[in-house]
Amino acid sequence: MSDLFAEYPKAMQRSTAFDEMFSPDGQLRSEYSGVNDVLQSLTVPDVSARAETMARTFLDRGVTFDFAGEERAWPLDIVPRIIPGDEWNGISAGVAQRVKALEMFLNDVYDRMEIVRDGVMPRSLITTSAHFHREVHGFSTPGGVRVHISGIDLVRDDTGTFRVLEDNVRVPSGVSYVLENRRAIAKGLPEAFSGAAIRPVEEYPRRLLSALRRTAPEGVDDPTVVVLTPGVYNSAYFEHTLLAGMMGVELVEGRDLVCRANRVYMRTTEGEQRVDVIYKRLDDDFLDPLQFRADSMLGVPGIVNAARAGNVTIANAVGNGVADDKLVYTYVPDIIRYYMGEEPLIPNVDTFRLEEPEAREEVMDRLAELVVKPVDGSGGKGLVIGPAATREELEALRQKVLADPRGWIAQPVLQLSTVPTLADDTFGPRHVDLRPFAINDGDDVWVLPGGLTRVALTEGSLVVNSSQGGGSKDTWVVDEGGAETGEVSTAVPWSTRRAHRSTQRVWPSSFHTDANPSDAYDEQQQQQNQGGSPC
Amino acid sequence: MLSRIAESLFWIGRYVERADGTARILDVHLERLNQLPLAEQRTVSANLMSVMGVDIREDESPPGLQQLVTRMAFDLQQPNSIAGSLSAARENARRARETVSAPVWESLNATWNGLTSHRQDVVGTYRFCTWVIERTATAQGMADSTMSRDDSWQFLALGRSLERADMTARMLATGDEEAFRLSWANMLRCAGAYESFLRSRRAAFGDTYAVEFLLLDRLFPRSVVSSLRQVEQALIALDPEYSRTGKMDSARRLVGQACTFLEYHHSDDLLGELPEHLERVRAACSGASDAITSKYFAQAAEQAWTGEHV
Repeated sequence: MSDLFAEYPKAMQRSTAFDEMFSPDGQLRSEYSGVNDVLQSLTVPDVSARAETMARTFLDRGVTFDFAGEERAWPLDIVPRIIPGDEWNGISAGVAQRVKALEMFLNDVYDRMEIVRDGVMPRSLITTSAHFHREVHGFSTPGGVRVHISGIDLVRDDTGTFRVLEDNVRVPSGVSYVLENRRAIAKGLPEAFSGAAIRPVEEYPRRLLSALRRTAPEGVDDPTVVVLTPGVYNSAYFEHTLLAGMMGVELVEGRDLVCRANRVYMRTTEGEQRVDVIYKRLDDDFLDPLQFRADSMLGVPGIVNAARAGNVTIANAVGNGVADDKLVYTYVPDIIRYYMGEEPLIPNVDTFRLEEPEAREEVMDRLAELVVKPVDGSGGKGLVIGPAATREELEALRQKVLADPRGWIAQPVLQLSTVPTLADDTFGPRHVDLRPFAINDGDDVWVLPGGLTRVALTEGSLVVNSSQGGGSKDTWVVDEGGAETGEVSTAVPWSTRRAHRSTQRVWPSSFHTDANPSDAYDEQQQQQNQGGSPC
Repeated sequence: MLSRIAESLFWIGRYVERADGTARILDVHLERLNQLPLAEQRTVSANLMSVMGVDIREDESPPGLQQLVTRMAFDLQQPNSIAGSLSAARENARRARETVSAPVWESLNATWNGLTSHRQDVVGTYRFCTWVIERTATAQGMADSTMSRDDSWQFLALGRSLERADMTARMLATGDEEAFRLSWANMLRCAGAYESFLRSRRAAFGDTYAVEFLLLDRLFPRSVVSSLRQVEQALIALDPEYSRTGKMDSARRLVGQACTFLEYHHSDDLLGELPEHLERVRAACSGASDAITSKYFAQAAEQAWTGEHV
């Protein structure tokens, strides 16, 4: 029995949150039993040594993030987070449903706005969104998809129910860390993998490339895909290089591209080469100085018109931000019902729309116990957690909200679920969220099993952003019974495999010098060693 | 130069490359293997050991991860294990110490000194493999940058490329999904070829393309065809005698014929033919090695090794 969990029950009692490893009475949840066995067998020095190796590997591989101007190793906790397969199937369906609905919503918003005509949403709400771009109104995207890649942020409330916290359908980032985390944990905690049926994540880059190619403009047989990055100073630059590398496509900056006659080309040593699909990792505002910020040095002049002319696919489409506006978020359940005629599979977090006078009044009274967020922020920017804020901060917030009610929403403080996390040589409960990633290729929405789990490293803290001291966890979707089904090996023994090979030979007969080729083959398996004949 | 020294250099080249290739194969396979059910682990471990030509000892428990790791990585008695190869390379360098440059000798010797300071379980093996890949790269880089391109260098390069062709052939054999449960992407990772492959192929994924890349690519240095060409170049540099007809030494003929056959071979079923290709490549490599031994090292072999073999 390891002493790493000695303090855990006491720490659990200090919080009302849902713990994902232990039930409130201290019972181990069954999906964690395999990992628990491994963790219990470890000692403190062993765990620290493994954590250190993982951190060093990240540093060496350049898997880092900026923390106060300093390059730090991506923080990965050694305890994986586990979601049972059948529970995940529900989440995955819910995420896919949401992505499809948002896709239809965006198509409608930039077309006839039937959702407004039918009275489901007010027109002003859409048109006042900071990310509603009239520049792209009235044309359907080449390839027919707008939300190619999305990240839907989920949290678990104190009853263990998953809820959607926010949608990211502009430039969701973090998937590279999912891939890196899995590689690191596979080597850092190999004992836990033995025999567990963990759904793999490594197919993500291939799925992404396939979706990007399938959504190329019509008539392009062999589309050229590029990843467009703002450059090496962007905090997600590592992710851009990783994805471009794993897809085997060029990583380009704005200055590498040129638009001519509504077509996009990249400058190469072999002249200009036509580009058909651009995976854009750049904010809309900087994409095209002809349409948006004229002072942008990162963008490509004319690229939006090329998309309008149907000559290039931009993924994700320009103008998607209107769908992850946090005020629009409050309407997503209605959006799902309106376009799909289905009930949402994953509920929202209860949210106050501050435009509505009654809600605003209630929020003003309860400001100290709520979370208040700007509608167009991401990454926790501008967010105020009532219970953690000072009197002055609350007063300033009150003024801001009253001045611009459209710009803010309020939510109750959620006790995010907890998972054991290594801190100060012991495991303690720490709050986590989850960002599953979905890829839409036009026919189908595929959800990467698991996603990015971020964890607040300070006890009781609800802030999981890595820029504010958060960490991450490898997220496993584990199917039950995976380990036990393997009583009989399905892998074919090498000797059998060889015996069944076709006897047809293609090499000229002069190479067949041995009387019996299969004996000779056995001998060649042996490696030669110094001193003459194979030993 | 002395035959004895030439032989040592040839085998330094082979053993260092063997340690490198084995570490790469083990590192990638272990990660996959570790995630398989136990029964599968045993079969695949046994398959892997048999492709790598590692003895499976009868008296031990059925082969599993631990035996695989011990046999392939740490067992000094096993001449084909990583530790065994590195220690043989160091032994050779000790005998040819005045010929190899000081940095090469030091890096091989330092590697040998560090061989036993590793944890010998699965976690430790990953670190060990990473360490070995770094150490062998250092040794080879030192040789590249500090040794004159004279005959001693050519023997080193000859051993290295010959072993590399052989190792890549083994990597290709482990891409057999039914016997090894390894995807073609991971097979490419063994050779460090994944990124190069992706860039050369754009979106044309698939095991046939991956096999084609590792077997036939002319630009990727670890492919079988490139390695065989490097063997040929070293042989030409050692014996540049030019004759207008096909009369040449047998090592060069074996390697050249195999390489040329592969280069000009057209196939609609590369995967089906792969076992034969690998078989022939390995035959060519071992034949060439024997021919090199009898041409250049023969006397040394008689004197140094008489009585050691039954």
